[in-house]
Amino acid sequence: MLKRTTGEKIFAIFNYIILSFTAFACLVPMINVLAVSFSSSTAAATGSVKLWPVDFTLASYKYALSKREFLQSFLVSLKRVTLGYIVNMVMTISVAYPLSKDRSDFRARNVYAWFFIITMMFSGGLIPTFVTVRKLGLLDTVWALVLPGAVPVFNVILLMNFFRELPKEIEEAAYIDGASHWTTLFRIYLPLSLPSLATISLFVLVGHWNGWFDGMIYMNRPKNWPLQTYLRTILINPDISQYQTSSEELANLKEVSERTFKSAQVFLGAAPILAVYPFLQKYFMKGLVMGSVKG
Amino acid sequence: MAGRKKWVRELPLHILMIPGVIAVFIFNYIPMFGIIMAFQKFVPAKGFFGSKWVGMDNFRYIFSMPNIWTVIRNTVFIAVMKIIANLIVPIIFALLLNEIRKEAFKRTIQTIIYFPHFLSWVILGGILIDVLSPTSGIVNEFLGLFGVKPVYFLGDAKWFPFTLVLTNTWKEFGYNTIVYLAALTSIDPTLYEAAVVDGAGRLKQTWHITLPGILPIVTLMTVLSLGNVLNAGFDQVFNLYSPSVYSTGDIIDTLVYRIGMVEAQFSVSAAVGLFKSAISFVLVVISNKLANKYAGYRVF
Repeated sequence: MLKRTTGEKIFAIFNYIILSFTAFACLVPMINVLAVSFSSSTAAATGSVKLWPVDFTLASYKYALSKREFLQSFLVSLKRVTLGYIVNMVMTISVAYPLSKDRSDFRARNVYAWFFIITMMFSGGLIPTFVTVRKLGLLDTVWALVLPGAVPVFNVILLMNFFRELPKEIEEAAYIDGASHWTTLFRIYLPLSLPSLATISLFVLVGHWNGWFDGMIYMNRPKNWPLQTYLRTILINPDISQYQTSSEELANLKEVSERTFKSAQVFLGAAPILAVYPFLQKYFMKGLVMGSVKG
Repeated sequence: MAGRKKWVRELPLHILMIPGVIAVFIFNYIPMFGIIMAFQKFVPAKGFFGSKWVGMDNFRYIFSMPNIWTVIRNTVFIAVMKIIANLIVPIIFALLLNEIRKEAFKRTIQTIIYFPHFLSWVILGGILIDVLSPTSGIVNEFLGLFGVKPVYFLGDAKWFPFTLVLTNTWKEFGYNTIVYLAALTSIDPTLYEAAVVDGAGRLKQTWHITLPGILPIVTLMTVLSLGNVLNAGFDQVFNLYSPSVYSTGDIIDTLVYRIGMVEAQFSVSAAVGLFKSAISFVLVVISNKLANKYAGYRVF
């Protein structure tokens, strides 16, 4: 490397400091809430908890995990993520593959393409969609959370662009050897697209896990709420009294306060993402960039 | 003969499309037809065909609502501020990250700053309500060290829009950095070598090579963001706002929700939604056209 001037060295030092500080600022709120969740109720109330738990205790977690509503909604979320993942991935692959063909190989391609693109630009909006889902009798079923977003058009575009980047020669060679579209898709395209599929998997898993609004409008009975919808009612909208933990109930548990209890649930709601993120994030930069930035 | 063969070869492709087309037809196109309820006095029991037609009455009604212009102004103000912040901050961070030579450090920073993007606004709402609290929040405690009086970030109508922009930037800047970093890595390194030979310092290199190098992407992102002028971020606003900040924080999407889902005035709500969708559609089409013209971008 070339010799660096003093100015460059000073800049480099500042650069490291600025970036470290920013990254730290991205995490501080999470660390703080995590520390509160592991602290005793008195420590949380006196405001002595900063970035490290004070009077470490797992009481809030024990309490959260013993709550029926919490576990019930956790299971609804797991069901939703599983079904949603299968539906989304099947749809994304099955739509992206034909759309990745040239018009000369698939004459109706552009008709189909516009059919999907229009939905990115114009939508019926909240109320007509709600009325449709209700008319279909999907309210209070997990399908109301899975089917309306069955085809994630943005992911389709990512995967389609990735498919198009694959060398044409492999496909032609396979075709000459008598490979059908099914063989080409399963034996060539999918194995070569693992980075892109990992990226889309992350988006789909996170999207379904984080979904809360559809749970709120399509699920009338609280027992059908996915976790994020349930969390919303206790974290943000405390006027739904039936599901709010009464302060008397909490007072019986010396170690747990409303604040530490909420913090514990915030962390539990984010935990699955923390668990998959490190495994999938190394792919997503590459996958995302390859799919979106062309040329 | 050849034509027939081609048709047979294409058949599996059509079959693959069928499930997706059906799903999108049911859940995207049928609701589009459902928009006619905006021109009706829609009664759920009577359906689209039995409900009474009222022409433009619902639209006349919404534009006579006392808060409609406030809501439109809030929406545009919040959205525009977010668009500007989401352009500038990620570009700066991409430039700074690009100067880092230690790969491990760079990767660590990236992993951390992308992370908030993957948390829901419900989770972040829970976190932000706690850390931004004027009494026990860590942010106000930190500001207190510099003698700043506690700020009601989420409860004060004056502060609320800025809190929205700030927290949105905090959540998304890392993720938005990806696209600029990608653009930076695609700049031809020989340009820098040539510049060094010509005696250009780092600043000159940044000014004459790096910035022009990412200009196409910056143009593209700017033009595309035009389509979002009416999207101020429903998830975020809905999870952070309260009646005390409606005057500056209520946006079109939250209004649609309250009129439609809470007050069950389906037709009025659908009319507001249609108003928004129609303008957004025009904006998206224009921005895509401009993006195609100035940055060679096409959706498909």
